[in-house]
Parts: sequence; C-alpha cells; structure tokens
Amino acid sequence: MSQTTSNLLYLVTIICFVLALRFLSSPATARRGNWIGAAGMVIAIAVTLAHHGLHVGWRIPVGGAIGAAFGAVGARKVKMTAMPQMVALFNGVGGGAAALVSLAEFHILAPAPGRLHTDVGISIVLSALIGSVSFAGSLIAFAKLQELIGGRPITYPAQQVVNLILIAAVAAAGITVVVGYEHQWVLVTLLVGALIFGVLFVLPIGGADMPVVISLLNAFTGLAASATGFELGSNVLIVSGALVGASGTLLTLLMGRAMNRSIGNVLFGAFGQVQAGAGTSAAIEGTVRSVNPEDVAIMLSYAQRVVIVPGYGMAVAQAQHAVRELADLLEEKGVQVEFAIHPVAGRMPGHMNVLLAEANVPYTALKEMDEINPDFPQTDVVLVIGANDVVNPAARNDPGSPIYGMPILNVDQAKQIVVSKRSMATGFAGIDNPLFVDPKTAMLFGDAKASVMKIIADIKAL
Amino acid sequence: MSHYAQLVVELTILALAIFLGVEVISKVPALLHTPLMSGTNAIHGIVIVGALLIAGFARPDLLTGWVGFVAMILAAANVVGGFVVTDRMLEMFKKREPPKRDQKEGK
Repeated sequence: MSQTTSNLLYLVTIICFVLALRFLSSPATARRGNWIGAAGMVIAIAVTLAHHGLHVGWRIPVGGAIGAAFGAVGARKVKMTAMPQMVALFNGVGGGAAALVSLAEFHILAPAPGRLHTDVGISIVLSALIGSVSFAGSLIAFAKLQELIGGRPITYPAQQVVNLILIAAVAAAGITVVVGYEHQWVLVTLLVGALIFGVLFVLPIGGADMPVVISLLNAFTGLAASATGFELGSNVLIVSGALVGASGTLLTLLMGRAMNRSIGNVLFGAFGQVQAGAGTSAAIEGTVRSVNPEDVAIMLSYAQRVVIVPGYGMAVAQAQHAVRELADLLEEKGVQVEFAIHPVAGRMPGHMNVLLAEANVPYTALKEMDEINPDFPQTDVVLVIGANDVVNPAARNDPGSPIYGMPILNVDQAKQIVVSKRSMATGFAGIDNPLFVDPKTAMLFGDAKASVMKIIADIKAL
Repeated sequence: MSHYAQLVVELTILALAIFLGVEVISKVPALLHTPLMSGTNAIHGIVIVGALLIAGFARPDLLTGWVGFVAMILAAANVVGGFVVTDRMLEMFKKREPPKRDQKEGK
C-alpha cells in the first residue's frame, strides 16, 4: 500500500474517532458512535499491517492475541461497581504501550549517538516519560480502587522533597537525551524514574479523590499517544492523542470544580491532613434521630415527590438493584421518583449513572446537581443512600469547614430527609455532617441493601 | 518536504485537534462521563499502530523484539478491552418504558 493510500485511510480512522465522540452527546446515538470508533480502529490496524516492510512474524499475532484475550475477558467479566478500576487499568496499559514504543523507536533510530532530530528526541522523551507515569500511576489507582492497598492517603515525611528530586532527575535525563547524548541507558533511567514517580504521585491521593486522578491519567495517556505520533510521523496518533488529552483534561478540571478544590490541592495536598488543621470549623451540636424501615416505608408511600441521592456507599453495598426496585414500587403508587447525581459521587465521573443504568433505571430519571437543586424545597422525602460529603450543608454554611465552597446537593432544603448509613462514622473527608442532626433528618442505620429491601417489604405490607 | 516543514504541519494538526477535542467533548453530558472515559481509553489504544510497527520490525535485536512483543500485548488489551467495556456500558442506558400507571388512579 502506498504511503498516500495509507494516510488517506488513517484519515478515515480519525474521522471515525471524532464521530464516536460526537455521538457520545446523547445516549440514543452513543452506542452507534462506539461501533464507528471501533471500525476506525480496525481500519488503522489493517492499514498498518499492510505497511511496506512490516514483517508479521510471531510477535504480532501472539502478542495481539494475548492482549485481546485479557482485554475481552476483563471487559466482559468486570462488575459495574468495579468499573473505575477497569478504566484505570485499560488506561495504564495504553500508557505503558506508548512508553515501550518510544523505547524501541529510540533504540532503532539511534544506535549511535547524535543521529536523532531534536524534535524526534523530544517526542521520544515525552512519550516515554508521560507514558510511564501514566502506566505506573494507573496501576496504583487500580490497586487503591480494588482495595489491594489502603484507600487512605499514604504519606511519608519529606514526600514533596522526594518528588522534586525525582522530577529533577527525570528531567535531567530527558534533556541529556535531547541534546545529543543518546545512550540507551539514559532513556532507560528516565523510564524507570518516571515509573517510580508515577507510583509516588498517586500513592498519597485518597480513594474519594480518584475521579480527578483517573481523569488526569487518562489525559496523560492521550498526551503520550500524541507524542508517540510526533516521533513516528503519524497524524492519526497525534490527533487521537489530542482528543483523549482534551477529554481527560476537561474532566479533570470539571471534577476539581465540583469538589471546589484546585487540582494542585487534590494531587499534592494529601487531603487527609487538611482536617487536622481545620480546628475552626463549627462543632456539631444536637441529637441524631434514628428510625426503622417501617417508618421510612410510610414516609415514602405518602410522599408525592421523592428524590434518591446515591453515593459510593450504595456501590459498596451493591444496592443499586434494590434501589431501582424501590423506585419502581413507589412509581406504581403514584409517587414521582428522581435520582440526584452529584458530579463527584462515586469513584469516577459518572459512576452513579452507570450503576443505576445497569440496574435498569431509565436515564431520564437521573438528574444532574444543577438541574435538581432548585426542586428540593418541593421535595417531600429525600433518601440519601451511601452519600455523605456531597449532601453536607457545611460546604454552604460553614466557612471554617474544609469542604466549604464545594457545590452540594441542597437536600437540607427538602421537607424530610432520610439518611441510610451503616453507622455514625464519618465519610471519607472525616468531617462531621450537620445534616444528620437537622430536625428534618432521620437516620436509617444498617447496610444500604438490607435497609432498602426491608423498606420495600414494608411498603408492600402497607 | 523537509523534516522541519513536516513538523510544522504536524503541529498545526495538533493545535486544530486540541480545539476540536475541547468542542466535541464539552457536548458530552455528565450522564455519559463514564462511557466517555472508557471510550477515550479505547481511542488511545491507537498506540497499537506504533506497537505493530515495532513488533513488525524485520530483524529486531533482543531488546526491540521483546519490547515490541510486550507493547503488542498492552496495546491489544487496551483496544479490545476499551471498546468492549464501552459497548457494555452504553447498552445499559435505556429510556423510560411506557408508565404502568395508566391502570391506576391516584394512590
């Protein structure tokens, strides 16, 4: 195949990818868009295989088959509640592939020092660096989300100093390569340093901050792919990488805004330590009113408008199917049921939406925060399931609170609130929640799924 | 075209792609942010093109050979896993079925 024909077909791939993202603007077209994207990928792979001088050999089929098998099995078998981990994992392997391609490309192009164009050198260095950080960081994110290592921020003394030294060393290695000292070991050092940095970078970030981290790592892999495109002279990689980089960056900024914290604070602030210094936040006074499922069943049946607020706790308890059953039951009784989704509820952007969709909740019932906040004063009952910080009024009322300024779901404006929680333990942020002592609030203690099942049974018995 | 002229063309394409990316992504509703993450994951699997070129090198030395092989595994996992997972997620997003309340009056 001639170079021109190849480039033309790669252009078709680019168009397919853009369409895939464009069709993601609505659930009605999204699935079709994904198929178009997949078709584009197949075209790109076929064109590359037809590349002049490419020797298929054993590495391509065997490597491809092994990878495809892992990908397919992992993708089919994973539970929706484990989706954040899978996204992190698939993101990481992409970054790893980009870094390895750069390593090999360097080895092929520059067996003797001094033969690389500067821009190719820069592309190789950037791709190896960013790809490695993304690979290692994604694996740590996977481990944290899968709870193989603790979800709490893991910090150690002189952490920032170590990070800075590492960055400096990696940058020095990169510059060394670019200016012409193109020995293999320098690039390998850079790669190893970047891997270590990736680990140390994600380790201190807490579980609930994962939405920001995963989005950022997604952006990184996109950047790495783009850089690889520069070193190979491949437009399809450059463009695809840019699209992914833009997407990841946008989501990262959105998540940061939704938590009202700067990205810097999330990534380097080791949030768990902030609480220790915030002694000025108002102490929570008041008693907590506890109810049992029968009471909640009555409250819900006689309501006209009910809003359910899902949080990570619902995912942990695997309660999404029970919740949907409850919503259906209430709807049959003429109660209007909607779901209020906070942007950072869960462990990744849109996490709650996917869980509820899996449970067959129609997506028209899922409302975004800005859309549903004005409706709370007219809402009879709000049922908070496994969510804590996203409904904490201290974010609105208490300037001393660590989460002050974070946009929240104003559930305290509703007529009645029921909070389903395992115990009075604080949420991830370790902050007390004045919502729990609000006179309009009732606490339903116990496992979310068990509680919801009891409520369903009690409603049926009414 | 000289090497650096080609580079300028590529940088132009990059700049346009970034703007395009921002525009297209900002139209994706929060509802679909998870499929967006997983869909863009699949798209960056395009690095498989690079992996194919490396793994398809006619006479690789030991390093290139193994690096290419591992890169193929990683990239293939990215591609297949990414598109399959995204499809699985998007399959679940359904509209409301016709309400069952037609037969009932009030509570």
